[in-house]
Amino acid sequence: MQRQIQITCRNIWKVFGPNPEEFMERHNGKPSPEAFKAEGYIGAVQDVSFDVYTGEILIIMGLSGSGKSTIIRCITRLNDPTSGEMDYEGKDLLKATPQELIELRRHKMGMVFQNFGLLPHRDVLSNVAFPLEVQGIDLATRNARAQEMVDLVGLGGRESYFPRELSGGQQQRVGIARSLAVEPDIWFLDEPFSALDPLIRAEMQDEFIRLQQMLKKTIVFITHDFEEATKLADRIGIMKDGRMVQLDTAEELVLNPADDYVAEFARNAPRERIVSVGAIMEDLNGTAGSAEHALDAKAKIGEVAERVLNSSVPLPVAGEDGAIIGMLSRERITKALFGKQDQ
Amino acid sequence: MSAGVSEPDRNGLVGRFLARGSLPLQMLAVAAVALALSSVMDWAWDWPKEWVIPIKLWISDFFRWLDKEATLGLFTVKQLTRTLSWVLKQPLIWTEQLLWKGAKPYEFLPVMWIAISLAVGIVASRLRGQNFAMIVVAVLLGVVVIDSLPFILLSLTKALKIAPWMEAQAFTGISQIPADMLDAVMTSKKLKHIPWIAVVLGFGVFGHWVGGWRLAGAVVLSMSYLAVTGLWRESMKTFSLVAVAVPFSALLGLSLGVWVTRSKRAAKIITPIFDLMQATPHLAYLVPVVVMFGAGQVPALIATVIFAMPPMARCTILAIQTVPSDIVESGRMSGCTERQLLWKVILPSSQKTLLLGLNQVIMQTLAMVVIASLVGAQGLGHKLLFSLQQLKLGFATMQGMAIVLMAVVLDRLTQAYANRASVHEHHEAAGFVQRHIHIIVFFAILAVSIIASFYLRDVSILPRKHLLVDNRDALELDKVIKAVTFFLIDYIRPPRDFITVYMLIPMRDLYHSMPWSLIVGVIAVVGYRLGGWTLAALTTGLMLFVILAAGNWEFASTTFYFVSSALVFCVAIGVPIGILSARSERVAKAVMFMCDLLQTFPSFIYLLPAIMLFRVGELAIIFAIIPYASVPAIRYTYLGLKRIPAVTIEAATANGCTSFQRLWKVELPVALPEVMLGVNQTIMMALAMTAITALIGGQDLGQEIYRALPTSDAGRGVMAGLGIASLGIIADRLIGAWAAKRKEALGIS
Repeated sequence: MQRQIQITCRNIWKVFGPNPEEFMERHNGKPSPEAFKAEGYIGAVQDVSFDVYTGEILIIMGLSGSGKSTIIRCITRLNDPTSGEMDYEGKDLLKATPQELIELRRHKMGMVFQNFGLLPHRDVLSNVAFPLEVQGIDLATRNARAQEMVDLVGLGGRESYFPRELSGGQQQRVGIARSLAVEPDIWFLDEPFSALDPLIRAEMQDEFIRLQQMLKKTIVFITHDFEEATKLADRIGIMKDGRMVQLDTAEELVLNPADDYVAEFARNAPRERIVSVGAIMEDLNGTAGSAEHALDAKAKIGEVAERVLNSSVPLPVAGEDGAIIGMLSRERITKALFGKQDQ
Repeated sequence: MSAGVSEPDRNGLVGRFLARGSLPLQMLAVAAVALALSSVMDWAWDWPKEWVIPIKLWISDFFRWLDKEATLGLFTVKQLTRTLSWVLKQPLIWTEQLLWKGAKPYEFLPVMWIAISLAVGIVASRLRGQNFAMIVVAVLLGVVVIDSLPFILLSLTKALKIAPWMEAQAFTGISQIPADMLDAVMTSKKLKHIPWIAVVLGFGVFGHWVGGWRLAGAVVLSMSYLAVTGLWRESMKTFSLVAVAVPFSALLGLSLGVWVTRSKRAAKIITPIFDLMQATPHLAYLVPVVVMFGAGQVPALIATVIFAMPPMARCTILAIQTVPSDIVESGRMSGCTERQLLWKVILPSSQKTLLLGLNQVIMQTLAMVVIASLVGAQGLGHKLLFSLQQLKLGFATMQGMAIVLMAVVLDRLTQAYANRASVHEHHEAAGFVQRHIHIIVFFAILAVSIIASFYLRDVSILPRKHLLVDNRDALELDKVIKAVTFFLIDYIRPPRDFITVYMLIPMRDLYHSMPWSLIVGVIAVVGYRLGGWTLAALTTGLMLFVILAAGNWEFASTTFYFVSSALVFCVAIGVPIGILSARSERVAKAVMFMCDLLQTFPSFIYLLPAIMLFRVGELAIIFAIIPYASVPAIRYTYLGLKRIPAVTIEAATANGCTSFQRLWKVELPVALPEVMLGVNQTIMMALAMTAITALIGGQDLGQEIYRALPTSDAGRGVMAGLGIASLGIIADRLIGAWAAKRKEALGIS
């Protein structure tokens, strides 16, 4: 499937230290980990390349200090990368002038922050209207638009509350409404639910899925929670020590982790909700099962586990067109569900 | 100071001793060497006269040159300072007319026009947004400026003495027409100032708005005191200076603060200047200002604006740097330009810190305005100074009380306002009147009292015969105070004489007999051990160049004597009180209330009880310093003890410590760095106070500044001021470095 690319990142480096440019130049643009250590520089992002496709939810995850927050700040140019290339819809993002950058942020980008970043001196409506206000849109228009957004995130009736009067979940709804007020093409979310209680977090994730089904934005989402990532993502990129270790679907990360680090992340993942039947089925080996009771190859194994485990013989698996393309045995599904723990 | 710590030289006997020997031993060794040296060579004992660099003369010459000859191309410095004076003078004239002078109707026109412009601006911003409002205000103000251009030019040329033959006439312009009409109606009668009732109740309304009925009641009572004791006019003179100086100071501080956070180079240049400015006592600001601007209201205003500015700049820097990064980033991602980011995101979201800065500016301004009476500022300070010089203690008490009440009112109002800023009310249901009830009530009071003042003089200002407390009462009070002190003197004299003879005089003689090389040597070795060569160079450099080379050694050692004597008392009083407060919440509440109050009073006030009890003399000086400078010793001790982790105390108790053992062996050692920081602040405040105690004698640096004032001897005053600042900076850096080291060793930071 040919997908449209919205953002391209190539060989992004972000180095902190006394004189990062000179340091990069001295090491031919590719300093080694030893060089970082020896000279006291920190490579927050190291040689990261990836694309963001239009309409996808790309989740970047990693532990704290892995560079995930830095990379999102590089793309939004809140931090300028030390070296690398970045294109937004074919335009060089790093060459954008301050004025172009402001225009881009005013019309194309929206961002949600971990600690909400609400303005404490403004009420809900005025916080949501703020991005429109700085564009110079008149009061009536911007308030009408902000009201729409407040209603959209379910905060209708609380327009005149101040941030400190709201719960964490409600504050983040305001943050979401504000980031959507300018109808951005691409939506950045930096650990949006990490500061919330687990129950509220689950509720907000559902809310997020609901919004995305309506809005269909391109999304770059940062989290340190693998479960959250698997619940929301089309693709997941895993970062470690500033490098992108693996960027793939959740299923691939679980079944074919690139290294132990990724495997460690994937270990406690809810496999039954991630792995599909098609990914673990056996070849037919000549035997043809009846299409009548066939399993859908796209189904997650959690949905079919009971049937497979209750059957003494392997069950046939049907592809998209209904033809039998493989089969799934009890042993195989047990191994897929619990197998890794035996190692 | 960690940046400056350099690896000590480990070669040779001296190097090894410097690096590893114990500090007291080293100090003794250095002292012994210095003593030995100075007993052989005179120059090491007394700083030789021929080594004194004529810095004072140079500075005086520089200021004379600035005043008489310096030019900036198109105009001279003199013209620049005169223009500055003129600009500051205009709002002062208007404020004084409003508050205590009164004026012809047309003279009120500029203020009226400005007030109307701002009111229209507020309405416009509600209706059409800020940008539109700014244009409206600019146009309205522009009209009045263009309209009165002939007047402005005439007045300015007169001020600059460019064309002395021209006579600046009264305000003329298009707006003269309605003025003429008004004059015709009112037969050119002079209008009165705003009635005292309106000012008092206006403060009350503001108090109610920010802090409810209790604050409003307290404010009205305190302000009424000013009226019923016949001090209203003097109070309003003081208040006019405060009201004009504060906006200038605050705006200047805000802009400098913003600039420092924007430019690294500015930060490098300005931050040390602020350090120096804050260590320099009030009085020292007056000398160069008097040289450049002469004596009077406006020079006092200028000195005040400069003096009160650094706290605002510091608070601005702090406010900007402590805005959470999420908020700044969300502002950027909302598409703010740099200017929008500053004005709409950063400054408003840190308004509480900024308002606390404003509070500090107001308090510093009041303190300075009172002291500026020494260079001719009118008002309460002037009256108090006069009473003190005449030893009219009854009057002095009444006037001091007025200053204290004014300080407390201003402090509590601005604090309440700062705290209120983060609490907003919902006002969905409230109507226009309800939402603006305070401003409506204020204008109603204003209108009614102004109309009433035409018929009833008491509304405008209380006549002498209607005062609750008048001069006769002050004289009575004077008698009472004198009788009480006369009665007390029998009890005061023995301890006074004892302390003076057996403690103060020996201490003073000791300081005066010590060779300079000893002091400098000890400071150098302490500085080196605590902060390496950088700190040693800074402290000895300040000693050598600012104090010794300027020929101020004698005065500095007297200042040092006052400060260290007072310090003994401050620590002996402050630390136990701090310990007591840490032990009992109830005590703590009362003590902290007292501390707040003591810090609110302008420093000048502390002379009053000292003079009452001891008249003049060295003990009076030390006694004046003690209440003012004890506050940080109390506060830091309390906080230091409170901040000890609960586990540490529980462990001590579990190990079987008695309450006293726990305090002595566990709590105090852990809290010691914090206590020492309190001692540091105590030293700084004591130094500031020594400049003010010059009024009651002493042969110290403060006295030098005081003497430089009437003779306009800039060099003498500036170098003495810098001398006090240097002593402060030396103490601050040494104790700060020690506390940082100790905290690191204890694992607390």
